[in-house]
Amino acid sequence: MSKTGKITRRTLLGAAVLTTGAVAFGVYAYRKPHENPLAASDGDKQRSFTPYILVDAENTITIIAPRAEMGQGIHTTLAALVAEELNIPLAQAKVIHGPEGAAYYNRTMMEDGAPFAFFDKGLLPELARDTFGVAAKFLGIQGTGGSTSTIDAYDKMRRAGAAARIAFVAAAAQKWQVGPETLQCQNAQVSNPKTGKTLRFADLLQDAAAVELPESPRLKSPEEWTQLGKPQQRKDLREKVTGAPIYGIDIDLPDMLYGTVVLAPHLGGELVSADKAAALAVKGVKKVVAIKSSFGHGFGIIADNTWAAFQGAEALAPEWQPTSAAADTLALRNAHSDALKTDATFSMGNEGDAAAVLASIPSGELVSADYEVPYQAHFAMEPMNATAQLIGTKLTLWTGTQSPTLAKYACAGALGIENDDITVHTTLMGGGFGRRIDNDPALYAALLAVHTDGRPIKVTWTREEDSAHDYYRPMARARYQAHLSQSGKIHAISADIASQSVIGSFMARNFPSLASGGPERVVLDGSFDQPLSAENKAFNAHIVPTTVPAGFWRSVGYSFNAFFQQSFIDELAHAAGKDPLAFRLAHLTAPEHAPAVHLLKKLQEISAWDKPRPAGTGLGVALTASFGSWVAQTIEVTHEDGEIKLQNIWCVADLGIVLDPRMVRQQLSSAIIFGLGQAMEQDLTFSDGQINETNFDSFTPPQLYQVPPIHIELLANSPTMGGAGEPGVPPVAPALANAIYAATGDRHRSLPLGRHVAFS
Amino acid sequence: MHLTVNGKSHQLDADPQMPLLWALRDVLNVKGPKYGCGVAACGACTVLIDGEPMRSCSVPLEDVQGEIITVEGLADTDGTLSQVQEAWMDLQVPQCGYCQSGQILAATALLKENPSPSSEDIDDAMSNICRCGTYPQIRNAIETIAAHNQKQEG
Repeated sequence: MSKTGKITRRTLLGAAVLTTGAVAFGVYAYRKPHENPLAASDGDKQRSFTPYILVDAENTITIIAPRAEMGQGIHTTLAALVAEELNIPLAQAKVIHGPEGAAYYNRTMMEDGAPFAFFDKGLLPELARDTFGVAAKFLGIQGTGGSTSTIDAYDKMRRAGAAARIAFVAAAAQKWQVGPETLQCQNAQVSNPKTGKTLRFADLLQDAAAVELPESPRLKSPEEWTQLGKPQQRKDLREKVTGAPIYGIDIDLPDMLYGTVVLAPHLGGELVSADKAAALAVKGVKKVVAIKSSFGHGFGIIADNTWAAFQGAEALAPEWQPTSAAADTLALRNAHSDALKTDATFSMGNEGDAAAVLASIPSGELVSADYEVPYQAHFAMEPMNATAQLIGTKLTLWTGTQSPTLAKYACAGALGIENDDITVHTTLMGGGFGRRIDNDPALYAALLAVHTDGRPIKVTWTREEDSAHDYYRPMARARYQAHLSQSGKIHAISADIASQSVIGSFMARNFPSLASGGPERVVLDGSFDQPLSAENKAFNAHIVPTTVPAGFWRSVGYSFNAFFQQSFIDELAHAAGKDPLAFRLAHLTAPEHAPAVHLLKKLQEISAWDKPRPAGTGLGVALTASFGSWVAQTIEVTHEDGEIKLQNIWCVADLGIVLDPRMVRQQLSSAIIFGLGQAMEQDLTFSDGQINETNFDSFTPPQLYQVPPIHIELLANSPTMGGAGEPGVPPVAPALANAIYAATGDRHRSLPLGRHVAFS
Repeated sequence: MHLTVNGKSHQLDADPQMPLLWALRDVLNVKGPKYGCGVAACGACTVLIDGEPMRSCSVPLEDVQGEIITVEGLADTDGTLSQVQEAWMDLQVPQCGYCQSGQILAATALLKENPSPSSEDIDDAMSNICRCGTYPQIRNAIETIAAHNQKQEG
């Protein structure tokens, strides 16, 4: 059995498509629906209607919301899609994550891999999205990421609700020998207004199950919605204010053991020494086992309780060979600078001939600037953990994961068992931010479960292990250059971005047997795909070869490219002697830029942009288009006694269709504060192949006192639906840097800004 | 060793060096207090000891003196939520929710000492970290209670 990931040939093909972009699948195979993972439990007491709805004999309606609930409120919003069309109040439904299954594959997540701006609806971009979408279906990967959950579910889950409603009405109509159009369906029962008779869904269970579900039922128009488009109470609130044991870290099973891991530093080599005897001498420690995998290597400690496991790990004190790779921040910075001196690895979104135009102009007439951002870690509040139980070849996992499918792949490959031998219980998550798309916690728990004679084991990482073995938002450096025309417009602009390959790093650990490579949009996300009218544009990626593990960090490439580009646009505005907001408006001339024009005008109004402010007060603006949504922000700061104080943040966003305005506002507010983290103080540096900031005492996210009032407005001019979780992050850092420039006259071109200024 | 948690008395056999957090979670199966950092830097493990908010990850069992209240102990036995929990529900404060038991206990202690805290009082007292950034909602919830309390007094 291969030790390098359990994937079928079908998956392999799909993954190849994912990386190369080529596709040739049979239409028949494509049309064939995925099997309903709920069907196995169908019987007298319970019936499934589509992979999203379970109805039982007590008339309990359970909705499957098959995406990771890590704070976004996604279980609530996805359930509302079904409830709306099923015509039941959301409060009446129970919501669960449900089992892993290809039926829950995420098409949108992969469509968004096509290398085009989301607002570019041309033939080629649409064809590319279709190609990626077809690959997604064949891959069948259930995953949460890229702010895609609502977009992907929008039709699927409303159709599921409508189809089930139609089936219950049809079953009642047959029973009563009347036309279905004469009946009403509400609150999980069908009634006949003429006779006053009523049947609960539970009474119609078997008859409705025999009805063939329509594939494309008529859906309500948004004007007919009674729940969607309105704030819904989160389904998980009571549990979350009463301390209910809902997270992976809270799993408690009979006869359960506890464990932890102590892994080799990311850039480190082989083991030099480890004091196994000292670890085993800790009271409560039962075993010390070796871990080897494509994600990392080191040791697992098996113990009676978590504290004993932590103590055992400390006593083990393994030492590792020093690294040969670039191991400190200076070396990494140099590697990025060097990459910018070499030819671009690939380019995207070029128009005109920026290189030739810029080369033809004397350098004194050009505007140029270099920018840099450091690595970032996720620091989800709930440290990595998973629980595993292995009985024979049957593995059961309890874990907070953004992809239960990838959890299966990782464990099946490592244990030499089949994907179908694995059951994944996906728990609620104490934050994710992209970290939990990788399943090393489940893998290590499974590897430890091999040594527990069938007893379940919960493996909890220390915060220090969590941060030291994260998949980081990579460091990035950029060189921007532009020439302004006589009228103060951008004549030519070029960006050279140096960073490592996130996809390459992800593929190497998740699919080590597959070669990956070739252009990927992540490095350039937030540069080539932004609304910016200019005759000559070039966006060049310079891939930096490094072994630092990279991953998906809330808003991914946009998190750095927005800082680079929106800072540079600000610099260009000042160089042209123009107002930064008016300058941006002057470069939004294409018809598809219309939503951005509305955003900026609204922002101008609500932040009183044109109102003169006292000296020492500065207002900065930034605009980004990401994950299908348009977001613009202004930040107001004051500069007093040498300190910068944030006074206000205004945010205008356009997601097209908003399914729950309160949840969307909360996601935007959350994203803004997440963005303030990397903008203000969060730094991540390397020495001797390891990160220095391993806990909350040195990696310092914003605290309550640092967050000013946040004012959010939603507009709806965008013709398509956008995501909510990530698009609020990218504009924050540039808006703050631009505000500090406005207040102080100092331009800061690297993050975190706390390196350059003192925040009060 | 003897602990009183949420009004219930427990006898436990554990390493006196074990932090209170792990005794609560792994030995007594009280899962409300959360592990976040282990160094008293994030506040996810906050419990009340004789009414004072303490970071239980850094309090060894042998140093525990007094009655412990965790988030599980805030509601009445009939399930009626505390004023702070109610406000957290009404204003939909939690997102991922992982830090909220600590936040709720920190707010409970603040409001007990100071029923109508000012904005600065809230800044000073609420130092627990929330990675979802629910701070505006936390502030709003505390201010709502403070306003209510002030009205009651006035």
